[in-house]
Amino acid sequence: MSELTGRASYAYAVARSFDPALLEGVRGVDDAEVHLVPYREIVVIVSSVPLAEFDETALRAKLERLPWLEATARAHHAVVDSVATHSVTLPLRLATVYRGDERVTEVLRQSYPRFRAALDRLAGKVELEVKVYTEPQATAPATSPSSSSPGRDYLRRRRAQHRARDDAWQRAAAAATQVDTALATLAVDSRHRPPQSPQLSGAGGENVLNVAYLVDAERAEELAAWARRLEAEAPGARVEVTGPWAPYSFALPDGEEPA
Amino acid sequence: MTEPTGLLARRNGQGTSANLADVLERVLDKGVVIAGDIRINLLDVELLTIKLRLLVASVQTAKELGIDWWEHDPTLTARAGRQ
Repeated sequence: MSELTGRASYAYAVARSFDPALLEGVRGVDDAEVHLVPYREIVVIVSSVPLAEFDETALRAKLERLPWLEATARAHHAVVDSVATHSVTLPLRLATVYRGDERVTEVLRQSYPRFRAALDRLAGKVELEVKVYTEPQATAPATSPSSSSPGRDYLRRRRAQHRARDDAWQRAAAAATQVDTALATLAVDSRHRPPQSPQLSGAGGENVLNVAYLVDAERAEELAAWARRLEAEAPGARVEVTGPWAPYSFALPDGEEPA
Repeated sequence: MTEPTGLLARRNGQGTSANLADVLERVLDKGVVIAGDIRINLLDVELLTIKLRLLVASVQTAKELGIDWWEHDPTLTARAGRQ
């Protein structure tokens, strides 16, 4: 049928059943309204998209366009985020597309035990992300043109800059270890990611720790408050907490590789 | 630092205000992988994300800073240009 109508079903997340009315007005990729595809007490959140724009060829081309990728990633995330305010949520990878809702039901039926187990594991929990950065670099040490050789001055200046950068990194790394050790005691689970590049963070300072914690929802504030306290106690480091996120980083049990 | 509204209250704003890098990290690298009917090779996309990781904070921020390299970058626009 979907072949004839030219529509496909874009899937955002798996969740425990909830009142579909709660998603009224929520729009996903391509600005389409979302709806629920149920199986037993589980649902998949989907929206209808034009098949021609979401087939292999079209998707591959579009994913290479940064503005489209950003819009789609944000739309995907916005749906996942609003579902997560209503129910325990298992986010799906971007661009999970089926040839119609019947296929979504079929997949839901096949993977039911796996989804059910994951949802049970994540119930009542949220993901918080903590990043530790070096303090943005103070301006390079003042140098007086002490010698008559500009080349030597330049090298001396460079060496001083490198030393300052190393020191800053060491201070932040020490703080990061403390932060991670402390916050891990509040968390149920954690996942370390590679630090984000400084150009990317845009906020100045080098990212030395990038970790996601899975935490009981009622302890999220506590973890954030603790992170702020640790920041105050650790000069030379900036601690940033974002979230709560839907448990993206914990959708798979530790060690389980994507199929 | 006081945040009267609290961390949890910010959830609803996050859909649009979250850092693009954080969002991409999650939607491209995390979350459940189930085989869709439409097969796209995320490895291809990961090449793009590596590039993003190196270069871009967010499209919006980049635009504000007057950075628009991707509009001229052949690896990012070549295929799209043919659409």
